[in-house]
Amino acid sequence: MTEITLTVNGQLQTVDLPSMKRLLDVLREDLGLTGAKEGCGEGECGSCSVLMDGELVNSCLVPALQAEGAHITTIEGLSPETTAPLHPIQQCFLEHGGAQCGICTPGMILATHHLLAKHPQPTMEEIQEGLAGNLCRCTGYMRIFEAVEQAAKASAESTP
Amino acid sequence: MPNPSPAFNAAPLIGTSPIRKEGRAKVTGRALYVDDITLPGMWHGATVRSSIPRGRIRAIHFDSVIDWSKFTVVTAKDIPGHNFIVHLTQDHVCLAEDQINHYGEPILLLAHPDKEVLPAAVAAVHIDYEELPGVFSIEESEAGAAGDESKVIWRGDNPAHHSPNTFKTFHMRSSDDHAAHDDGLAKAFAEADFIVEGEYRTGAQEQLYIENNGVIAEVFRAPNGAIDSVTVSGSMQCPYYLVHALEHIFHLPAEKCRVIQTETGGAFGGKEDFPSVIGSHAALLAMKSGHPVKLCYDRAEDLIATTKRHPSRVRHRTAVSKEGKLLGGEIEVVIDGGAYVTLSPVVLSRATIHSPGPYHWPFLTVRAKAMATNIAPHGAFRGFGAPQSLFALERHMDRVAHTIGLSPEEFRRRNFLSAGMKTATGQHLTDPVDMDGLLSRALKESSYHAKRAEFDRTNPPSPIKRGIGFASFMHGSGFTGSGERRLNSLVKIELTADGRPKILVSSTEFGQGTNTILCQVCAQTLRIPYEDVLIAQPDTSVVPDSGPTVASRTAMIVGKLVERASASLLRTLAPYLAHPVPTADFDYSAACEVPSGYTPEDFRRAALAYLRDRGQLVSEARYEAPGNIFWDDDQYRGDAYPTYAWAVYVAEVAVDTRTYAAEVTGFHAVQEVGKVMHPVLAKGQIEGGVAQGIGYALYEKCVWQNGRMANNQMTNYIMPTSADLPPIHVWFEEVPSIHGPEGAKGIGELPMDGPAPAILNAIEHATGISFHEIPLLPEDIFERMTGSSSSGSKALNPAVDRDTRSESTVSP
Repeated sequence: MTEITLTVNGQLQTVDLPSMKRLLDVLREDLGLTGAKEGCGEGECGSCSVLMDGELVNSCLVPALQAEGAHITTIEGLSPETTAPLHPIQQCFLEHGGAQCGICTPGMILATHHLLAKHPQPTMEEIQEGLAGNLCRCTGYMRIFEAVEQAAKASAESTP
Repeated sequence: MPNPSPAFNAAPLIGTSPIRKEGRAKVTGRALYVDDITLPGMWHGATVRSSIPRGRIRAIHFDSVIDWSKFTVVTAKDIPGHNFIVHLTQDHVCLAEDQINHYGEPILLLAHPDKEVLPAAVAAVHIDYEELPGVFSIEESEAGAAGDESKVIWRGDNPAHHSPNTFKTFHMRSSDDHAAHDDGLAKAFAEADFIVEGEYRTGAQEQLYIENNGVIAEVFRAPNGAIDSVTVSGSMQCPYYLVHALEHIFHLPAEKCRVIQTETGGAFGGKEDFPSVIGSHAALLAMKSGHPVKLCYDRAEDLIATTKRHPSRVRHRTAVSKEGKLLGGEIEVVIDGGAYVTLSPVVLSRATIHSPGPYHWPFLTVRAKAMATNIAPHGAFRGFGAPQSLFALERHMDRVAHTIGLSPEEFRRRNFLSAGMKTATGQHLTDPVDMDGLLSRALKESSYHAKRAEFDRTNPPSPIKRGIGFASFMHGSGFTGSGERRLNSLVKIELTADGRPKILVSSTEFGQGTNTILCQVCAQTLRIPYEDVLIAQPDTSVVPDSGPTVASRTAMIVGKLVERASASLLRTLAPYLAHPVPTADFDYSAACEVPSGYTPEDFRRAALAYLRDRGQLVSEARYEAPGNIFWDDDQYRGDAYPTYAWAVYVAEVAVDTRTYAAEVTGFHAVQEVGKVMHPVLAKGQIEGGVAQGIGYALYEKCVWQNGRMANNQMTNYIMPTSADLPPIHVWFEEVPSIHGPEGAKGIGELPMDGPAPAILNAIEHATGISFHEIPLLPEDIFERMTGSSSSGSKALNPAVDRDTRSESTVSP
């Protein structure tokens, strides 16, 4: 067992666990954050996506040891209070049909967050490319693209 | 009475796009799917599966490297009731006893408190088999049916009713008078100017919901130790199907088998029949271990063990005049059902009825059969047989058009069904049907003619060959034939203690919008805000059986029942709405008109007053078959569906003659689906279905090796990513149907039917080559374009060819 310290959604966490335990399982089992989902366990579907030091990672492929000292953002970190206003990306996914069954949604929203940080006003190609690591079987992606475009627009309008 | 409050706008809700009911929980990651749930004292389950496709179990050895005393082990002998999973028949065993009928067949179940130790334990169960050669294709299965004893793998419980290996047959004729029909058909072929034949094949397709199949089971015992009741929670479409399965496995009455649907991460039919298997398994482990047991598959196991779309072979023989009129047709539809009957008869039925498409056939005979193979049972997947037979038909229609020298659109126009005509089952089309109009609109929106001309001009010098093609089709809404009468669905609406209506249905939400549209219907009927309506989590101890969530039936059939139950609730509340301030002389028990105007607050006050007086209010509505809808199961004729959705889809493709990759570059979907209840959800349904259809046509191939799916990973079973899809343009025509709430019809399955034939028609335009089989991979295009003798994607070995394949199927 190894002691690992990491910051998750702004909170410092220390956990004692096998060093090769997947970050996905650390989040879900040790920290009770079940927003990241396992869809394939091999880094193909992106439903376990989280932000690690600002980069989008498949948490099923990250051993706990590698997350030592890292800052992790999960879906739970985007709107911490149940009654609080949603993050603009979440609001746009809600309004524009970006979530259907919802299982890919946490990862898709974090991928969008990462995309808009890199490209605040993304082209359609940048959106398609930026989300290509996150599979959605329900939507055919069109509503998701619209949600991303609207989120970019909302963010441009709120920036003075 | 004038509406006293201008604050609430009672404008129609149906046709608007309110926020998805459970949407907030989904976008915040708080929605709980089954694997997110942990119960106190919960153990984890695993399944020991056969490693051969066909044979007998000789012996089972438990390796001594494992301390088995720490595990619960369940075998068929532990089943308290019957060792079968009930679907339409009882041939599907829950756990194999000695006979193995497909690779990955469940033999033993294990449970342990620590899920990490389970894979090693599964590997430490050694099974000796006497292996027999498997039957893996429709043709091998037919050889068994024709008398080759070595290939007989299924006999059925009554050989008098079934040929060997033949789960089900249908013989559909376009007339009640069989002798006259057969004469007419023979004459049509004798007098035809052209007779056009074709054979078309489709492969298995995985639903690939992103959340794998999973459940948690608990078993409760009476003080004397006897099993009192079983509860299973999990990811599923049809809670009452699992109730029926548990009744047989545990020999318990239905009310002792409680099933709860948890948030479900995609289904598409893949969680229609399979939860009866995994749910029974988890419950057996819970029974024997004395603990709640979670059984959640990982992706590799889900792909090996669960159902897929039935592979098919469809043959057409068509008599047509030189004027382009269909004179007669013979269609043979064969589907590969896998090892057990499961849902194959009803999949076959939908395939049969959709095989003539939206055309008028003066004489048509369809012979259909579902055959057994040593593959894990194929099952429900969006479209349910229709995508297979419509793929064949719409490829064949292009072939006939080319043969007789008409354009694909002109040939279709000369044969479209329209209002007043009869379908091949003798159904009189009384609702307006305008296929001509849909086709015109689809061709216009997609600039079909301009693009066709442009591509014809630009293709010759270019290594990229572009093409455009379309498919015309329909999809029946609701259960096939007499299905809805048998389901006898029931819907309830109750008032909660705080005076809000709560819908009680077993209809499940798995992304398609059940919660949202049913609440829209209820709110609009009660004339209260959408936000005020609640819908119960499907829990069979609380909700009535409103039928399974399948067959494009929820909006139309269950929606109509919610509308009726809401109207009934409103009539009951009418006196309280009419007379909100009680006076001594007012008789609340007398019937009374519903006042024309009231506010949401008035409604709440009336509801609370009713509850104060009467204690509770539950209104209900049960399905009543429309008097003019009739289906004859014996003759296989009549009104196959209450109504149909109609569509024309246009695909644009680019085929790169250097890489042999085909890519869809544009897509236009025009459909008539009755009233569009929620435009955002409806568009999402069409776009999602089209994306699955594009995958079906060009990407998704199940590679079978000795009956085992060899590419059982997302790494090498390729579904479209966001970078692979073209813009998908969606248009709706709305012709309200009397069968659905505010005129809604079914929409969920329709978009699965059209993309594959439209894409292959476009590829024929692009390349001049007619392909007849899907999935169509670059290897297959390479083979045909180069005349190479390799067998295309059939020769793929995913272990070796994985990298080449994934690179060549991802668009640049």
